[in-house]
Amino acid sequence: MPADLILNVAVGGVLTGLVYGLMALGLSVIFGVVRVVNFAHGEMMTLGMYAAVVLFGSFGLDPLLMLVPVAAALFVIGYILQSTLINPFVNRPEHSQFMLLVAVAMIMVNGLLMAFGPNARNTLVSYALDSYQVGPVIIDAVRLYAALAALAVAVALFAFFKLTPTGKAIRACADNYLGAQVVGLNVKRLYAFTFGVGAACVGAAGCIMVLLIDVTPQIGPAYTLLAFVIVIVGGLGSMPGALLGGILIGLSEALAGLFFVPSAKGMFAFAILVLVLLLRPQGLLGKKA
Amino acid sequence: MSRMLRRLGEGVSNRALVALGLVFAALLLAPLVSNGYVLSVLIIALYYAYAGQAWNVMMGFCGQLSLGHSLYVGVAAYAAAIFFVKWNVPPVIGMFAAIAVAMAFGAVIGFLAFRFSVSGVYFALLTIAFAEFTRIGFDHFTWAGGSGGFFLKVEDRAADLITLRGPPIMFYYVMLALTALAFLFCRMLTQSRVGYYWFAIREDQEAAQALGINVFRYKMLAVIVSSGMTSLAGVFFAFYYNNLFPEQIFSMARSIELILGPIIGGLGTLFGPILGAFVLTVLADLVTEVLVFTGYDIPGVKQVFYGLCLAVVVIWLPLGIWPPLKRRLGLEGRS
Repeated sequence: MPADLILNVAVGGVLTGLVYGLMALGLSVIFGVVRVVNFAHGEMMTLGMYAAVVLFGSFGLDPLLMLVPVAAALFVIGYILQSTLINPFVNRPEHSQFMLLVAVAMIMVNGLLMAFGPNARNTLVSYALDSYQVGPVIIDAVRLYAALAALAVAVALFAFFKLTPTGKAIRACADNYLGAQVVGLNVKRLYAFTFGVGAACVGAAGCIMVLLIDVTPQIGPAYTLLAFVIVIVGGLGSMPGALLGGILIGLSEALAGLFFVPSAKGMFAFAILVLVLLLRPQGLLGKKA
Repeated sequence: MSRMLRRLGEGVSNRALVALGLVFAALLLAPLVSNGYVLSVLIIALYYAYAGQAWNVMMGFCGQLSLGHSLYVGVAAYAAAIFFVKWNVPPVIGMFAAIAVAMAFGAVIGFLAFRFSVSGVYFALLTIAFAEFTRIGFDHFTWAGGSGGFFLKVEDRAADLITLRGPPIMFYYVMLALTALAFLFCRMLTQSRVGYYWFAIREDQEAAQALGINVFRYKMLAVIVSSGMTSLAGVFFAFYYNNLFPEQIFSMARSIELILGPIIGGLGTLFGPILGAFVLTVLADLVTEVLVFTGYDIPGVKQVFYGLCLAVVVIWLPLGIWPPLKRRLGLEGRS
């Protein structure tokens, strides 16, 4: 197999992986702080994707430019979801939280199915077929822009958590729940804010993802799973870990598609997951509990 | 033997025994007054009741959340079907292979998870990962049909329990027998030393360990018992539906459907999985009827309704339907 081809596929995999990473980042933020596993994560991304599809279809608005308003809308949805439904569940057993979010996911998937039908939708942007050549590597323009956008959102998120008072307060909640309450932080409100941030993240990822894949209402659960795999591989609660995990899984999928059959690519992601769980349960960049 | 039988009824009020007898009698006689459609609904309800009971052993008794039980259903269904179609071994023998295969899968997952102390959410994810991994594996396992599916010959003939070929009414009684036996078996477990060890592990693993319970061994036992029980649901699935698609049988949606019954009915209770399965199945069918009748039967409505019901139960009845209902009916046991 020519080295050029492998290199090309690998670069494509890494770029897609960055978008995966952004999606997983949302999950990691939510779990890291609220300690609730968002089993409706992929479904939230689908919501963002449909928002982008509608905006593009009706007004011709570019999904990458719509990233900010869609993320804002998802923030509101996430905030409301946490403050009304999930906050009372924070101290309930895991299976109970899981069932609640499964119910939310079911309503989202099938609500979308009712609204948009089962057919695949996509956005055919004007630069869909453009590409850049760098030495031997040919890079699709959409993939490059998608990865850059994902990176930009991720950087914004890092900055938010490191620099803003709200970001610091959220990190305080994550580090020490009781301590955060003692110093007078409104933990429940911060949880809602965090869930909103996580939802905004995955909404932005949806806007970007819509450039790379077709969307149907049914893809949600598969991406929920993928986000989990990535977050656990990278290390739950570690933000750079989520990006690294995303790149790793994106790369493994691309190479598996090249060397084996594309439909078997999922197996490699799960195999990586099992290996990580057994050999380094805290994840590649996670801290030991 | 008689001591075991006496222990089965220990602490159960007479009222509860009578109620249980009535429910069982009603289920025994139900086919006499059911048409083909109602019978098919009841078969599905019993299927979920049985599979839910099996899952409940692992989660309800021992506190290990598995979200990948479709794996055991799937491998057992394939094992029994392959034995029958490829080598002409009837399911009466083939089911032992199915049980063995499912238990082996359970043992491997349990061993890896518990040896490396993968627990909680991580454990749940590991079970999903194995189910998905196996699903994709079977998709490419062309000898067993691959993603194109594996089929059993549909024959129209008199009931034959050896080869499990026959009319729906036979499947109904097979499933009823399995459900009843699983109920008794679980009752026996909860009254036994093993059951108490499991409850201890569920409530507080470290405390259980401190008391000298071999946590690893009993968690393994829970997974193996649960996967072995679940496998029979798989054998039934293969011979009742006569077709197997990896995409369907191993999917995460199947695993979730399977655990809805016990969670809605009442986790860790004996009657909860049965009640939950019947409530859900009957409700789903009623909703379909109403939607078809009123002309709103567009794809997705039913599942949205399902999701709403699930949310309502989880929010307002955290213990499930059965524990409060039991109190209301005055069926609480003597203690």
